[in-house]
Amino acid sequence: MTATARDLPEWDEPPPEAPAEPAPAPPGPPSLHRTDPDLARRRRLERAFHRLCQAMVGLVLLALAVLLLTILVQGLPHLDRQFLTSFPSRFVAKAGVKAALFGTLWLMMLTAALAILLGVAAAVYLEEYARPGRLNAAIEVNIANLAGVPSIVYGMLGLALFVRGLGCGRSLVAGGLTLGILVLPMVIIASREALRAVPSSLRQAAYALGATRWQAVRCHVLPTALPGIATSVILALSRAIGETAPLVMMGALTYVAFVPHRLTDAFTALPIQVFNWASRPQREFHALAASGIIVLLVVLLSMNGLAIGLRNRAERRVRW
Amino acid sequence: MAQTLTTSSRDRLLQLQEWVVRVWLGAAALCSIAVTAGIVAVLAVETGRFFRQVSPLEFFTGTEWAPLFDPRRFGVLPLVCGTVLVTFGASLIAIPCGMLTALYLSEYASAGARRWIKPLLEILAGIPTVVYGYFALAAVTPALRFVLPRTEVFNGASAAVVVGIMILPMVASLCDDAFRAVPQYIRHGAYAVGATRLEVSVRVVLPAALSGVLAAFVLALSRAVGETMAVTLAAGATPKLTLNPLVSIQTMTAYMVQISLGDTPAGTVAYQTLFAVGALLFLITLGMNLVAQRVLRAFREVYE
Repeated sequence: MTATARDLPEWDEPPPEAPAEPAPAPPGPPSLHRTDPDLARRRRLERAFHRLCQAMVGLVLLALAVLLLTILVQGLPHLDRQFLTSFPSRFVAKAGVKAALFGTLWLMMLTAALAILLGVAAAVYLEEYARPGRLNAAIEVNIANLAGVPSIVYGMLGLALFVRGLGCGRSLVAGGLTLGILVLPMVIIASREALRAVPSSLRQAAYALGATRWQAVRCHVLPTALPGIATSVILALSRAIGETAPLVMMGALTYVAFVPHRLTDAFTALPIQVFNWASRPQREFHALAASGIIVLLVVLLSMNGLAIGLRNRAERRVRW
Repeated sequence: MAQTLTTSSRDRLLQLQEWVVRVWLGAAALCSIAVTAGIVAVLAVETGRFFRQVSPLEFFTGTEWAPLFDPRRFGVLPLVCGTVLVTFGASLIAIPCGMLTALYLSEYASAGARRWIKPLLEILAGIPTVVYGYFALAAVTPALRFVLPRTEVFNGASAAVVVGIMILPMVASLCDDAFRAVPQYIRHGAYAVGATRLEVSVRVVLPAALSGVLAAFVLALSRAVGETMAVTLAAGATPKLTLNPLVSIQTMTAYMVQISLGDTPAGTVAYQTLFAVGALLFLITLGMNLVAQRVLRAFREVYE
């Protein structure tokens, strides 16, 4: 702040008795420039910076608009009933995303099961059961670091452990396990926040009536934290179904022209199909990739919409 | 007597339930440790086998990467160079734009504008990376080739631009969190002595939130290092030790995708390079995450 010491009178010296009066002040409002000759410059800088920030935000939103427009313009012409109900094909006109769509739905269910059984359970343990100690400190550090591991590395784990080690092959169950493990840190971190927002008076009231820890958690803490936990699971799922790299690492980029029925079936998924089409040299397939992206984004945005709706409903409920 | 008996058997049942639940939840928590152990074990075993055939000296200092064709070369530097090039380019876009967006959101924007801009940024953050890859091919590369006709079809600059757009929302939202954690009374103090908004933003809020801002940069860059699909689609598959962003290059992640697309049998050196490069990637991103955590702790300003 440049407007500090300079503007204050110096008290060490006695103020002059009768300051020589300059020319009589002109009529009108006193000019601010008299107190700080720098002020005009500082205000100009301030306005310029404000514009710069606005321009940056505008640029970011423009990038989003261009991204969505490019995809819509290229992808909409191909997007019809036939596209949704056909299997992939060498012929652009006959190709569709049926197998990929079903594969993505399967993966979503498997990932959700794993995220709830392991992720939410781990969050409950860490918030409600764990006593502070070295083991729990280690678990916390570990989860923070796992959240930063690139998704392609999870794909290597899936490849070595599930595909080859456990002999699942390039199957739905291997893909679901890999994606489930990938979103585990996200689910744990977000669910813990939801659990932490439950006031401890609720737990103490339950204990006072003789409830066991699990009774307090199951009947009071979990129902109260449910919207937050559901939001975290849905957001994690929407991350999982957009993931391509781990599935490609597992070798899931194969030609699948059937709807998978069992956990051990081979599969394809929407992002894999998009990658397949986008990486072909022929331009016609790029348009198909755009159509596939539209389907993928519709699935993702409706899931995010659901999560936002849940969050808003949770916020409207009783505040503690 | 009978009543106490039933109560105690009910108690025993509850104790059993409590024990079962505790074991399940505890096992779930331990699972996260098992995942880390699994990742480290898988990477270590195959990397160990790799280094039995290729000397670490060649791997870390060789300047040529050609593991599939004779004569084979296993110098990882061209891949690292590609990753650094893309990450650096992405940071040139994401860091200034993201930080200024965050300053706008926390210091200038009205509550109404915030309500609009935040969800739009969340949409940008939620778009899958393969979509960014498509965007690079369909829009960014043609635009670059229009401006600079010498640009190759696959090039590092296009990848850097889309990765920059991709990590920008992360920089913006982490910086915004850091700025909003600065208590309001510090801003009021600065305004009271006549500071402008720019002066408050740059000389008060930014220094006070420095730890969070630096950690945000490091985390976003580590995300850029690990980014795969956009880079695979846009940057090409030609490992090259170059600083020219307009030619085809290959990053570490793109190489891993290239190998896994082909049918490489387990046990071959080509299969093991996958894990060696993966281990290097894991160590780099882990190191960056640890640095971010250290920065958060070291420069933290604690307010009452």
